[in-house]
Amino acid sequence: MQEVSLRNVGHSIPKIDGLSIAMGKPAYTEDLAMPQALVLKILRSPHAFAKIISIDTSKAELVEGVECILTYKDVPKERFTLAGQSYPEPSPYDRLILENVVRYVGDEVAIIAAVDEKTALKAMKLINVEYEVLEPVLDFEKAIGHPSVVHFEEDLTCNFDIGLHKEQNIVSSHEQAVGDVEKVLKDCEFIVEDVYYPQAQAHAMMETYRSFTYQDHMGRLVVVSSTQVPFHIKRQLARALQIPAAKIRVIKPRIGGGFGGKQTGAGDVFAALVTLRTGKPAMIIYDRQETFSCTTSRHAMRIKVRLGADADGFIRAIDLEVLSDTGAYGEHASTVLSCVGEYTLPLYNKTKAVRIRGNAVYTNKMPAGAFRGYGATQGTFALESAVNKLAERLAIDPTEIRLKNISQKGETFLTGHGVQLGSTALDRCIKKGREMVGWKEKFPRQTMSGAKIRGVGMAITMQGSGIANIGTASAEIRLTDDGNFALLIGATDMGTGCDTILSQMAAEVLEVPLDKIYVSAGDTDTSPFDPGSYASSTTYLAGTAVIKAAEELKGKILAQGAKFLGVSKEDVIFEELSVRRIGGEGEISLAKIAEQTILGMGNLQLAAMATHGSQISPPPYVAGFAEVEVDVETGKVDLIDYVAVVDCGTMINPNLARIQAEGGIVQGIGMALFEEVRYSNLGKMETNTFMQYKIPCRQDVGNVRIAFEESYEPSGPFGAKSIGEVVANTPSPAIVNAVYNAVGVQVHHLPVTPEKVFLEMLKQQ
Amino acid sequence: MFTVLDMAQPDKLEEAFEILAKRKNNTILGGCAFLKMSKKRIGTGIDLSRLNLDYIREDNGFIAIGAMATLRDLETNALSRDAFGGILSQSVRNIIGVQFRNGVTVGASVYSRYGFSDLLTALLVLDTEVELYNGGRMPLQDFLQKPYEKDILVQLRIEKSQRSAAFSSFRKSASDFAVLNVAVSSLDHQWTIAVGARPGRAVIAETASRALSQGHLSAEELEAAAKIAADELSFGTNTRGTAGYRKALCQVLVKRGIMEVLQCKSN
Amino acid sequence: MQIELIVNDKSVTWDIEKDEFLADTLRAHGFLSVKKACDTSCCGLCTVWMDGKPVLSCSILSMRAHGKKITTIEGVAQAAEEFAHILTAEGAEQCGFCSPGFIMNVLAMKNELDNPTEDEIIHYLTGNLCRCTGYMGQLRAVKTYLGVA
Repeated sequence: MQEVSLRNVGHSIPKIDGLSIAMGKPAYTEDLAMPQALVLKILRSPHAFAKIISIDTSKAELVEGVECILTYKDVPKERFTLAGQSYPEPSPYDRLILENVVRYVGDEVAIIAAVDEKTALKAMKLINVEYEVLEPVLDFEKAIGHPSVVHFEEDLTCNFDIGLHKEQNIVSSHEQAVGDVEKVLKDCEFIVEDVYYPQAQAHAMMETYRSFTYQDHMGRLVVVSSTQVPFHIKRQLARALQIPAAKIRVIKPRIGGGFGGKQTGAGDVFAALVTLRTGKPAMIIYDRQETFSCTTSRHAMRIKVRLGADADGFIRAIDLEVLSDTGAYGEHASTVLSCVGEYTLPLYNKTKAVRIRGNAVYTNKMPAGAFRGYGATQGTFALESAVNKLAERLAIDPTEIRLKNISQKGETFLTGHGVQLGSTALDRCIKKGREMVGWKEKFPRQTMSGAKIRGVGMAITMQGSGIANIGTASAEIRLTDDGNFALLIGATDMGTGCDTILSQMAAEVLEVPLDKIYVSAGDTDTSPFDPGSYASSTTYLAGTAVIKAAEELKGKILAQGAKFLGVSKEDVIFEELSVRRIGGEGEISLAKIAEQTILGMGNLQLAAMATHGSQISPPPYVAGFAEVEVDVETGKVDLIDYVAVVDCGTMINPNLARIQAEGGIVQGIGMALFEEVRYSNLGKMETNTFMQYKIPCRQDVGNVRIAFEESYEPSGPFGAKSIGEVVANTPSPAIVNAVYNAVGVQVHHLPVTPEKVFLEMLKQQ
Repeated sequence: MFTVLDMAQPDKLEEAFEILAKRKNNTILGGCAFLKMSKKRIGTGIDLSRLNLDYIREDNGFIAIGAMATLRDLETNALSRDAFGGILSQSVRNIIGVQFRNGVTVGASVYSRYGFSDLLTALLVLDTEVELYNGGRMPLQDFLQKPYEKDILVQLRIEKSQRSAAFSSFRKSASDFAVLNVAVSSLDHQWTIAVGARPGRAVIAETASRALSQGHLSAEELEAAAKIAADELSFGTNTRGTAGYRKALCQVLVKRGIMEVLQCKSN
Repeated sequence: MQIELIVNDKSVTWDIEKDEFLADTLRAHGFLSVKKACDTSCCGLCTVWMDGKPVLSCSILSMRAHGKKITTIEGVAQAAEEFAHILTAEGAEQCGFCSPGFIMNVLAMKNELDNPTEDEIIHYLTGNLCRCTGYMGQLRAVKTYLGVA
């Protein structure tokens, strides 16, 4: 595709749904639910690990207004996974809808459906459960070989060999090695070795998990769900409920944020089960406490890094050893683990050997799952912290060591199966970022008045664009009877704006104004298949599918117009919403073409459908720079400035790209400085409200500045790559590095709290 | 989930107290922001909004703050904003957000005697009296040490003076509860240092206050007073910080508080 | 019990439970712009005005709205839309779930503060959490709306 002047793509067009949702128009799951829907509440386990000896619901069932109470006795016996991944999922089938074993505090024990919330809660108190409490596995560093086995059941299965050893609490083992790391390390002049602990982080989207279910006029199960993965939810439900997938329709309305959280199923299966049992509409809304403590979080990890460099400052070996805490169930365990290396090892390309080894382990805590960054966030924190350490050892400026070692366009990677890097502006991102933040004047530190010292730090990162050879997206465009276009997509807008940018791309190719296109998306009955919005896929994969469909449809319109004009297709062009004869008399408007083909005796509705998958997953890049101010008497770290320079290829919609970047950076800032999912020593989550789990508020984030250095990705739509996830990765290593440069304190366990900094400073004195 | 069986909006304080005394689970309603999070089962909720207690006004040399004045009133009212270096306003201005402070009342904040309270720490270094319907007027410090008794907090009375004061609250993030908060004030060479969110309830560091009042305010004496405060008070550990860290913070914040008061005096 | 109040300039009489909160009552009567997200009075999504002041409708017992004037975004649609256009031009609504409450607080701020500084803007809006945007785009929109640099 050649670069031409574009009318829609590359413009900061407001989101097509923006005004409605900003004004509070009813568009979200709860807004759409029938008022008489049964209200669901879940009785949850108070124990981290226990067997249910007996469960008595008889008293509860007598409460007036209680519709049904379901326990493990009432559910199908087929295990499934809640991971929203393409079939066959690489996550173990290790769950039942309800089970007589509970594996974390908050695990589901019984479903109560009643006419209203008060009644459901009243009934819940009357359920009597007797537990045999088991010794839980709480410390993930002690999980392997722990006397307690989290999943001792026999019928646990997995579609792939992911290195599952359930008797050892290992859900997945992973090793990828190219070259002889030990040998290369031995030859290196400089070796840096360190261990880092990125913590569990909560998604904390504003709209909690929720689902509304009913049976339609054909008795099919309709699930309106706040999900990123409607097609996966459909398949999950079919398996979990043991009903044919054809009997299920999943609809995704507007959703109030996801960040990967809604790539894992939550309450859908409970509401669906109640509707199937009662024939009645049902709604489940997770409260904030359930959202924090009974869904998923980012995987907490321990990552040991060894880096080797030669005397010239070239990084020759990278060795990562990972232990990942997947909690009570294995959603996304193996893939997040492998992505730790997948999205870090190719950053540096003067390497002679690289390796990642690791295990994901079961513990008796809330499951971990997909979260923006998906392993890359944790891996970047570890690798980039180690690279900063290496730069110091080598006495090379941290920006220079990167410029010297990063991958260049056209190169292949040790782990890359021969795929060439199609685009990168990472060098420009680094140079621009250090200029914007004032690196030369500020590195490493400046002493301020009072007891304050400022430091700067930096990190770089990459991600992918879709999942190579797995991710696929389809799009259909129809010329409608009124001369407009219906764009049907399976991509799931979660506030990110994909309905808008995909329309922009369609409008660009079709050469029509954006308002000629209306989008229908996120309905498994009517949308073409799309795995959903995750893995930074939508712009890159769905975008290309849209372009293909639009090009095909445009060809059909031209051909049809030419036919009406009585000339050949080569003799017409499309302009001003008409097909015109080149250099001659005669034109027919789009509206007329629509009218004459679709209506009456035309007998032809022009439409095109395209599917796109990619054999490659081109990386977007970010260079992030943090300036912090540390109070040396208290250890308080204030973020003064954060500069992120992004290479996402072509920006389809610059304002939406900027907002994505700012939001991702601030989520990363939260991870670096404030956020931490914490448990009591009995395994109960302590951070289950916004009072205890602090996401950044407006005053916490300092100044976040985003700049773009565009590259042109030849395999992407209009040269675009992805942006959704890559923006979450740099803050932790950059801020930790800035604190180190300010006061010499290296934080290994995120987040960087004042107390940690203070205590380390005290040790230094 | 918190529940209320009945609701009363009395026109007179006597009536309100009568209802309060009638049943154990009858409760005065403040802004309900914290009450809502509790699992309390309230018999009759007593709403004081008809009693015209939402004032902040001058009253014979006192600033009188009605129980139903909100934290936002305290923050923005000219009288409370301008007195004592603005510490009343400062002590509440970072609590959650404007909407929250428009709901939460001064009366409920003080009556509940929360350990994390920023306001109590500030009030402690001022000449603050609490007026209870049944218990009458008493210094705030006495009220804080008194065992809980069912009563209605009618108003606070703060004696107006040339007292200089400073307040600071150490938070891990801007809208979090404090890890520690400190208020310092001085009038006629008499100093008062109060420390709250230890995480226990705010108290006055008596020995440190005395030491400071008796000395010459040299740099060494400032440091020493700050250290005495950290040593004489007890600190605990919770999710926001350990006892040891709070103790260290106490010394720093007290020292800074004293210096801030000295600075505003010299201005 | 019954309460009489004025919602968006219309007098209404509603039957409510005694321990019902205003956000739920409003939603039950079709004011679906009112969102809830925290259960702990600290996210700002449920912001409406009571007698012109921004409050958390999730934490106000509905019976206390008796005799009061309640305003939701539906009641100030024109002013709200003016700002919403600026907000969406920045892309700073993103998922949109926090936007109605945020807009109500922005309008309240405009009524309450004259020419606020950036710090004052940030301080006034601190009680409105947003997980999508990182706040910077919202700040740009507010500054454009208020005509401050």
